[in-house]
Amino acid sequence: MEIVSPIQIVKSNLLAVQDYSNLAGRSITNLFSKPRYMGDTLQQADLIGVGSLPIVVLTGFFTGAVLALQTSSTLNQFGSLSLTGQLVSLSMVRELGPVLTSLMISGRNASGMASELGSMKVTEQIDAMRALGTDPTRKLVTPRVTATVTMLFFLSIISDLVGLIGGWVVSRYMLGLDSNQYWNNAYQHLVNEDLTMGLIKPVIFGFIIASVGCYYGMQTVGGTQGVGRSTTQAVVASSVLILVLDFFITRAVMIFFGTAM
Amino acid sequence: MEPLQKTTVLNAPIVFDNVHIGFDEKPVLQGVSFELKHGETKILLGIAGSGKSVLLKLALGLMKPDSGRIMVLGQEVSSMDERDLFALRRHVGMVFQEGALFDSVTVKENVAYRLREEKLSEEEIQKRVLDALTFVELGHTLEKFPSQLSGGMRRRVAIARALITQPEVLLYDSPTGGLDPITSTRIVELVVKQRDVYQTSALLVTHRLQDAFTMATHYFDTKLNQMVPCAEAQPRDTRTSFLLLRDGKVIFDGQAVDLGRSKDEYIREYIA
Repeated sequence: MEIVSPIQIVKSNLLAVQDYSNLAGRSITNLFSKPRYMGDTLQQADLIGVGSLPIVVLTGFFTGAVLALQTSSTLNQFGSLSLTGQLVSLSMVRELGPVLTSLMISGRNASGMASELGSMKVTEQIDAMRALGTDPTRKLVTPRVTATVTMLFFLSIISDLVGLIGGWVVSRYMLGLDSNQYWNNAYQHLVNEDLTMGLIKPVIFGFIIASVGCYYGMQTVGGTQGVGRSTTQAVVASSVLILVLDFFITRAVMIFFGTAM
Repeated sequence: MEPLQKTTVLNAPIVFDNVHIGFDEKPVLQGVSFELKHGETKILLGIAGSGKSVLLKLALGLMKPDSGRIMVLGQEVSSMDERDLFALRRHVGMVFQEGALFDSVTVKENVAYRLREEKLSEEEIQKRVLDALTFVELGHTLEKFPSQLSGGMRRRVAIARALITQPEVLLYDSPTGGLDPITSTRIVELVVKQRDVYQTSALLVTHRLQDAFTMATHYFDTKLNQMVPCAEAQPRDTRTSFLLLRDGKVIFDGQAVDLGRSKDEYIREYIA
């Protein structure tokens, strides 16, 4: 069995980072010059945004509901059951809305992008596209990145709202809380910092999902097995990056708003 | 083979000048030099793995050589960046080994691909797509998807897609690979028709010697609208030459008749 030297491993990882940065950078700079493929972007927005609505709504609703349920017993011990609205709202908007939605979208769409582009790569369709005079990053990658960033922004908002509704259903019908109190509580305690955090995250995560998915797709080698490998790697890499970056974004926003301890 | 001299006509459609390329420490092409003349079809022969497909990809700039120069239509492809290459590729058509059609769109959209990039009107696109598909005798397949076509039909659609902008140079990568003899002959007939009716310069890679010799000994008769053999008594210049690669080097570059007369043992074994 051939043992790969550590230097080789470091080199290939550095090359991967370089190639990824190249692709990610170009996916953005392509927007500043022609040709732009608006038709493809709208089509992707439909597939990614509208297509993911059902799972986003389900995820958001049940996350909000389980939040209210789980925390009810603890809050009740302190006689603070009335704080449920605030708890659900802050958790959803700051953290769970963006992160869980992004993880769902990553599983659904990063895999889709990697497998679609990977299949095109192994059947020489990407080379054919280049041979026919079209830049594959313009035609395939930029529309997907643009669509995912835009759609994930709105999907996170929807997820937050639906999560609050889920929390309300549990609070009203299982915990016996007053609806007005729940909603007032939920709304009044949201501040700029929460919204900033909750809206920056989907933009960055959307970029990660699409660029990582497209990167693994375009790098696919080795036929159908290679496509399977790329798809798995895309989901794993984008999910891990989302969770890691979540920590750093949270910290950065807290420092910016001066609430970091 | 020694590198080409600088005074070689750089207006030749394709010029390879001492090109080297290798993958994973293994050399694939070593010092390959040749010139494709105007209106000529050069057939690249060699065993599997001798670097023929790599040569075509180099010509299109899909890969860059480790050293040497490649000139296509007077421009140095080996040093151009991707953006400039896109403009050049509009003048070069390539037919890939398995067709490489876009499988999620119809035949019509596949063939119209380049025209859509140029933003022509719908009627113009429809007309030119139909013309291109009629040339390859597939005018009735506009709304079909590639998965619904046979291998030979897919290959013909790929040819139509490459021809639609009437490029000055055509690159064919094993156009008859994996096809039965009858379908292969139909494809060969299309290549010969394109060569004789439009005088396009072409590089054609093939494993199949019989197809190569057919191309060298037949011409397209526009009156009969079919491919006919050249008469023995009136030899025609079919503007077809052969290039034989072995271990990444060019071991023969000339006419079919010289290939047949070669005294080289490897060549004699190859064409036997």
